[in-house]
Amino acid sequence: MRQRQAIALLALVGLFVALYLWLHALGFGGAIKCGASGGCETVQTSQWAVFLGFPVAFYGVVGYLAVLIVALLALRPAALAERKWNVVLAGLATAGLLFTAYLTYLELFVIHAICRWCVGSAIVMTLIWIIALAAFRRPRAAASPPPNSPAPRTDPGVSQPLRDPPA
Amino acid sequence: MNRFYVMVGVLAVVLGIGVFALLKTGGGSAPAAALGAPPTVVDDSFRGYTLGQGSAPVEIVEYLDFECPVCATFATIQMPTIKDQLINTGKVRWRFRDYPLPIHKYSRFAAHAAQCAGAQGRYVEMQDQLFSHHQWAQTGKDPSGLFRDFAKAAGVDPTAYDACMEAGRFAGRIEYSRQEGDQLVVDGTPTFYANGKKLFTNLRRLPNSDDFKTLVDSIIAHSPPKPRARPEHH
Repeated sequence: MRQRQAIALLALVGLFVALYLWLHALGFGGAIKCGASGGCETVQTSQWAVFLGFPVAFYGVVGYLAVLIVALLALRPAALAERKWNVVLAGLATAGLLFTAYLTYLELFVIHAICRWCVGSAIVMTLIWIIALAAFRRPRAAASPPPNSPAPRTDPGVSQPLRDPPA
Repeated sequence: MNRFYVMVGVLAVVLGIGVFALLKTGGGSAPAAALGAPPTVVDDSFRGYTLGQGSAPVEIVEYLDFECPVCATFATIQMPTIKDQLINTGKVRWRFRDYPLPIHKYSRFAAHAAQCAGAQGRYVEMQDQLFSHHQWAQTGKDPSGLFRDFAKAAGVDPTAYDACMEAGRFAGRIEYSRQEGDQLVVDGTPTFYANGKKLFTNLRRLPNSDDFKTLVDSIIAHSPPKPRARPEHH
């Protein structure tokens, strides 16, 4: 459960980073806040800033939103013991990590400029992937109670002290 | 568990405010021409600089903002191919109109610099300078000196350029173009129209040169054939 919660929180952070870059690419807001390095504008105006007709950050928004929704669905009480959610999260995180790796490669070796927001997103996606993979590799027994374990004891609760009958 | 959802909610609100603040704030000081109330509208019957032949069957009008990164990407990446395939082949006449967004501190100033260069027949060269050295749009610093260097690199006489910029000679023209864009429901930059019809309205899709080629070929294929014109003699 902790792992899914961590993934949800990280996805929320990544979602807003991607949302900022997407809105900026669409012309909202002034100059991008990027520190003194000045790499963000170079990256944002390069030919690789648009992928299949959409700004790259748009795919980030969609990807992080998907991870967030799946993580929140996996946190429902009924879904907590289901392992399939770990599989879905690991799959989404792997796809996200591959796309992030491709973009980071472009920044380092093709565009030769580093965008801090992109690095931030890459760190978030890598953390999501590490946690999702750890959850995926966890033995089934750890995720849900073994089938032959005794039924959980239903705690009747602390009995109320007997009161004296009213006089 | 409930504490977790409260944490998610609080984090979402904090991040939302952060993104809003980042989009809202500019940086650095602005030159006089970039700030202040929008200038008075002046219709000097100017309708934008164009590329291509007057007889081209398709006219594309682009409303652009010089500070917009997507406009810069489009100008530097897609436009060279569009020039080769559509403009230089006589299929398209391309018209540039200014639509400086109020959220961009220097786009009106940059548009004015381009117009001052245009007064000396160097609009396209100045536009190339402004879009291909687009880092100025990120620093938030006063770009006056840089634009003057761009103008010189574009082959503009600096003395006439300085006089034009100081007088704010084309401020009213730029505002006219912006209000014209408002009437045509320009909702972002760049926005394109082909023979008066708004293009690429789905989800602010960013077109590439292939999209324009397909579109232009389709318009030409569906246009009724013109009667054969008599050759003109000049």
